[in-house]
Amino acid sequence: MKKVYINSISSITAQNTFDNSEFLDEVIEHHSQVVFAVEPKYKDFIPPAAARRMAKGIKMGVSASKMALLEAGLEQVDAIITGTGMGCVRDSEKFLAGIIDNNEEYLTPTSFIQSTHNTVGGQIALELQCKGYNFTYVHASNSFESALLDAKIQLELNEAQNILIGGVDELGDHTTKLNQIIHHIKDENTPSKELLKSKTKGTIYGEGANFFVLSNKKQESSYAEVVSVRMFNTLALADVTEEALQFLKDKHLRTEDIDAVILGYNGDVDFDGYYHELASSVFKNTQQVYYKHLIGEFHTASPFGVSIASRILKTQHIPEVLKLNHLGTSTFKHILLYNQYRGENHNFTLLKTC
Amino acid sequence: MNKGVAITGMGIISAIGNNVEENYQSLVGAKKGISRISKIETIHKDEIMVGEIAYTNTELEQLLGLTPDNNYSRTGLLGALAAKEAVSNAGIKDIHSYKTGLISATSVGGMDMTEKYYYDYLENESHRKYIASHHAGDSTQKIAEQLGIEKSLVTTISTACSSAANAIMLGARLIKSGQLDRVIVGGSDCMSKFTINGFKTLMILSDTYNTPFDDNRKGLNLGEAAAFLVLESEAVVNAENKTVLAYVKGYGNANDAFHQTASSDHGDGATLAMEKALEVAGYTPQDIDYINAHGTATGNNDLSEGRAITRVFGNEVPEFSSTKAYTGHTLAAAGAIEAVYSVLALQNNVIYPNLNFKTQMKELSITPQLELKEKPLQTVMSNSFGFGGNCSTVIFSKKP
Repeated sequence: MKKVYINSISSITAQNTFDNSEFLDEVIEHHSQVVFAVEPKYKDFIPPAAARRMAKGIKMGVSASKMALLEAGLEQVDAIITGTGMGCVRDSEKFLAGIIDNNEEYLTPTSFIQSTHNTVGGQIALELQCKGYNFTYVHASNSFESALLDAKIQLELNEAQNILIGGVDELGDHTTKLNQIIHHIKDENTPSKELLKSKTKGTIYGEGANFFVLSNKKQESSYAEVVSVRMFNTLALADVTEEALQFLKDKHLRTEDIDAVILGYNGDVDFDGYYHELASSVFKNTQQVYYKHLIGEFHTASPFGVSIASRILKTQHIPEVLKLNHLGTSTFKHILLYNQYRGENHNFTLLKTC
Repeated sequence: MNKGVAITGMGIISAIGNNVEENYQSLVGAKKGISRISKIETIHKDEIMVGEIAYTNTELEQLLGLTPDNNYSRTGLLGALAAKEAVSNAGIKDIHSYKTGLISATSVGGMDMTEKYYYDYLENESHRKYIASHHAGDSTQKIAEQLGIEKSLVTTISTACSSAANAIMLGARLIKSGQLDRVIVGGSDCMSKFTINGFKTLMILSDTYNTPFDDNRKGLNLGEAAAFLVLESEAVVNAENKTVLAYVKGYGNANDAFHQTASSDHGDGATLAMEKALEVAGYTPQDIDYINAHGTATGNNDLSEGRAITRVFGNEVPEFSSTKAYTGHTLAAAGAIEAVYSVLALQNNVIYPNLNFKTQMKELSITPQLELKEKPLQTVMSNSFGFGGNCSTVIFSKKP
């Protein structure tokens, strides 16, 4: 079986993350319930006339994809695999509101088409003229990890050599309101720095696109090797530690071998316990990293964790703003990631230097 | 030659039956499930026809033994019922006895509830339980819960109308690569005002019975359905001495990269998908005995697919038919519905008639199978194509 490498990364988030020559050098301090993506100059990637018709999710996805191909030095890939929790939700809202407000009259197809979950993956294929395998996973906080696993299997078996994978989600106004009334979004504005101390229900929501070129050929631009990824539809709090250890054991690793653990803490008092379970026990003496205080929570927030892990492994440096504890670890070989959302759809991902 | 992955169980609910046996009887009896819409209030009710499932949500909840506080969307309800039939059909007593996953497909997810309560949610607390069941993955989580699948690989694919074919493909690959011992694969989509109006704006809904591959076809009828297959590894089949219904022998997915909703004139993506599936199966086109076509009865699909079939099979096109005239186009579930029909075709050595056909398409030299035909079948090819240029083909076989 071939090894699988991350050969490029491209992140659009609520921070300035699109330029890979920087690594969170300047941090945007948020103080709200929802945080919007810092959008790149789309005209660098998409003709303005086309961009005007495109949903935000498509624009973010296409731009991040093109950037990822550029960094990997590729013009084409063998497959495109996308993850999205909600798809282009603004268009879904627009089309649905149109149906209700105008009693099913005066509707136009554009927002219906863009509300189809695989619209981003399809649009990337159109832009790249990529006729290869094209899948879209829509399984909440395991959407991106499903794409990662799918790509990893194909590359290991050498069924493909270069695969573009990514996660993308956008914020929609009505959906935000609905998540506020059921307290999945916090009732109060919360400063980034205070997110984990908030001790209140819900989280802050965000949006973004994180794309990667995965390859079974290592090259100059390579960031890391993808060692393993595992998903669970359900996982009891009491089983998290055991499954984390088993996940490592299956790769002949122990907790001491892990140089940093990246946790999906989102400040929700009801669900951060899953992360605390690991942070307070087996990974107590491991450098702990978090990131959702910077970019918000969304179904495809976890690929930003993969983006961070890749950069830590390549640069051997962790920006202070990401550190949960301070252990002075200076070399990073193995990084473990763990994420879940509201106690469902848990995943572990393991990366190592290459 | 690549070995196929064993199918050991299947379940289905559609407009032509609430289980596998009822569906089969309708197929061989040429019984359509297409009617005027009764369960959704829409201004288009007199100008469209649909494939509806008779059960109401309340009846489905009772069949599943759900308590009134449940927040299942209709997609979840239909999916759970079909998946349970599949697991029972496979003779699985203990779902935990092997590493078992679930791959489902949907396009509407919980939109049926969201469109009912979209503004009401803001004013009124009573239906807010459905807010969290809107996203596409929720119906899959519910199906997993109904099957007792825990701590496992459960995911959802949404690639429009090829979704369930892709779920089958992924499931087969997860078995082959040793990620899982057993996987339940399929899809579920319920009827919604959202999809009715979406397809209406695209002007591809027929105002009468859909007529696949007919020169005067007027578009598709939407349908709702769910279907699932149980796939098991060779080791499980041997250890449990399982009866194998058929094998997933080949599969291919390709992108047309032509247009967000329309297929290319000559079906480039469809051609590639069929060719890939043949390659994975280790087959030549001559090895295919019957094609269950996507055949939605839209002007664009049937022309593009017909041309692609001709490109792949040349002058030796096997019998082909579309079963969309029976069920309507069941969107993300279609690939699973037609997988069940393909396995039934293999088991019974029968080719279903392409109903409602009257006039030969001018652009094509091939004609679908019009009468029920008995023929010894070894292999069936099933096509599913979707928006975003997504083209999928799965090949089912009697032999591994």
